[in-house]
Amino acid sequence: MNLQVTSTDYLSILPPTILAVFAMLVLVIDLFVKPERRPGLAWLALIGFVVAGVAAFALINQRGTGFHGMIALDPYAQVLGLVAIVAGGFTVLTSFNYVRDRNIGRSEYYALLLFSVSGMVLMASANNLIIVFIALELLSIPLYVLAGFARPDPQSEEAALKYFLLGAFASGFLLFGIALTYGALGSIDLTVIAAKIGQVGSSPMLLIGAGLILVGLGFKVAAVPFHMWTPDVYEGAPTPITGFMSVGAKAAGFAAMLRVFGYSLHAIQADWVIIVAILSAATMIVGNIIAISQTNLKRMLAYSSIAHAGYILMGVASANQTGMAGALFYLLAYTFTNIGAFAVLTAMARPEGENQTFPAYRGLYKRSPGLALMMMIFMLSLTGIPLTGGFIGKYYLFLSAIEARLYWLAIIGVLTSVVSAFFYLRVIVDMFMREAEPGQEVKAVNYAPLNWTINLTALATFVLGVIPTSALALVQLAAKLLMGT
Amino acid sequence: MSNQGFVDLFPLLIGLCGVLFTLGVIGVLVRRNAIVIFMSVELMLNAANLAFIIFARALNQIDGQIFVFFVMVVAAAEVAVGLALIVTIFRTKQSINVDSINSLKG
Repeated sequence: MNLQVTSTDYLSILPPTILAVFAMLVLVIDLFVKPERRPGLAWLALIGFVVAGVAAFALINQRGTGFHGMIALDPYAQVLGLVAIVAGGFTVLTSFNYVRDRNIGRSEYYALLLFSVSGMVLMASANNLIIVFIALELLSIPLYVLAGFARPDPQSEEAALKYFLLGAFASGFLLFGIALTYGALGSIDLTVIAAKIGQVGSSPMLLIGAGLILVGLGFKVAAVPFHMWTPDVYEGAPTPITGFMSVGAKAAGFAAMLRVFGYSLHAIQADWVIIVAILSAATMIVGNIIAISQTNLKRMLAYSSIAHAGYILMGVASANQTGMAGALFYLLAYTFTNIGAFAVLTAMARPEGENQTFPAYRGLYKRSPGLALMMMIFMLSLTGIPLTGGFIGKYYLFLSAIEARLYWLAIIGVLTSVVSAFFYLRVIVDMFMREAEPGQEVKAVNYAPLNWTINLTALATFVLGVIPTSALALVQLAAKLLMGT
Repeated sequence: MSNQGFVDLFPLLIGLCGVLFTLGVIGVLVRRNAIVIFMSVELMLNAANLAFIIFARALNQIDGQIFVFFVMVVAAAEVAVGLALIVTIFRTKQSINVDSINSLKG
């Protein structure tokens, strides 16, 4: 065996390495600066995200594999890597004041964020199931800590414990699935699996293995019936971290799911498409229906995030190029929209205490018109109204389901979108048309980095909806190269 | 162990992995103590490790045994974080019974 390390090897792990190096820099420099200057390390973390983002963007046209086929170097990996990096960068900007106001602004916060994103980027480029497992743990373990970072706040601690126990439970399923896949095919290299499966076809052991992998990843992306942890964890975790989890962990989970099912197990799609389609339908229905009855905006967005996992699962179930490109575009649009929405929630979190119930948002248009307007864009995009990124993403996902002849799934998708309009528009109605009750006028905080995030993500949501051409070309290229036709 | 002996034992060994994994899953679902739940998760991971080793022997490859090392390292990292979280919550609640940790609902 040739044990030389080539430049392709280094290039393939360049973005996650940059993130890990910056994470360690943050930890080390923290020891040598005066305590009052430590919050400035957030800017170092932000520089790390920018550098890693530039690196991922520069690698977007590279093709190949590193470390004997362990890590893939392709547009697919870079697109989803960029999604995670963008989510991480914006999270630094939203966290800046939130952590200072709550006295949880330790440098480890940013180091853990960088480590978690490096796991997500690695997940997007994993070309071997053992790398999928390691990347999943690398992204999850920092997230468990970040969810509980607001300790001794009991809700935050509870969120961390629940996330940890169920996350570890899910990785157990994933690992056993990987072991069975290894036993059935003699390899867990995704390229080798794709080649072998065409020859040997499916076997019961392989199908059980694939099913367990689906369960493990289903937990991570919060698909029904593996979603029980989501509302509690999202509600209890610090608000910027909730926004980060809802997009980053989801993007990473779908990165692995699309590569494993859309690429490696594509040849036996007849065996798994119906299962994923049922998961998708259940996720859309349960997520949207339960979201209606929520009184807390953070919790409503948690159920909304479950529902959106259902829409993206539709792209997985379609098992065609439109589905994969649609899922990638949806993740991109959803990242900007949801990070923005959670940034608005962060702006509504007063230093003296957080009130995320609907009454707190009543009459927000009178108090901060700009914020209410941006929140309206995010809510419209989550509903899937034209001129927003969410609409283009949903359009492509429904189209892919129709191309795959899953008409019933597309119909459920459209119907649940209509249902979702109810609770997204209720936020808009509360903000614009109702008066706050006396004594309930929660004033939004006004911090520059937070406002940049909200404005930039709203702009991106809008741009993706109006001129999606170049982003669509990119995701279509990524899907085409991965699925190889 | 001779090869013939291994071939005879193979279904039993795989069955053992399945039983260990199932015990882990049941443990997570029925036990209410956070530490015991966590131990059950470790049982699931170790069932997978055992499966890796058995398959590596059956396929006459070294790969499966290498994976076990990766998994052990990851599991150790997870233990460090998990126990720290459990200690933190014990300090606040004086209990690690997951039924008593239920302030988030809806």
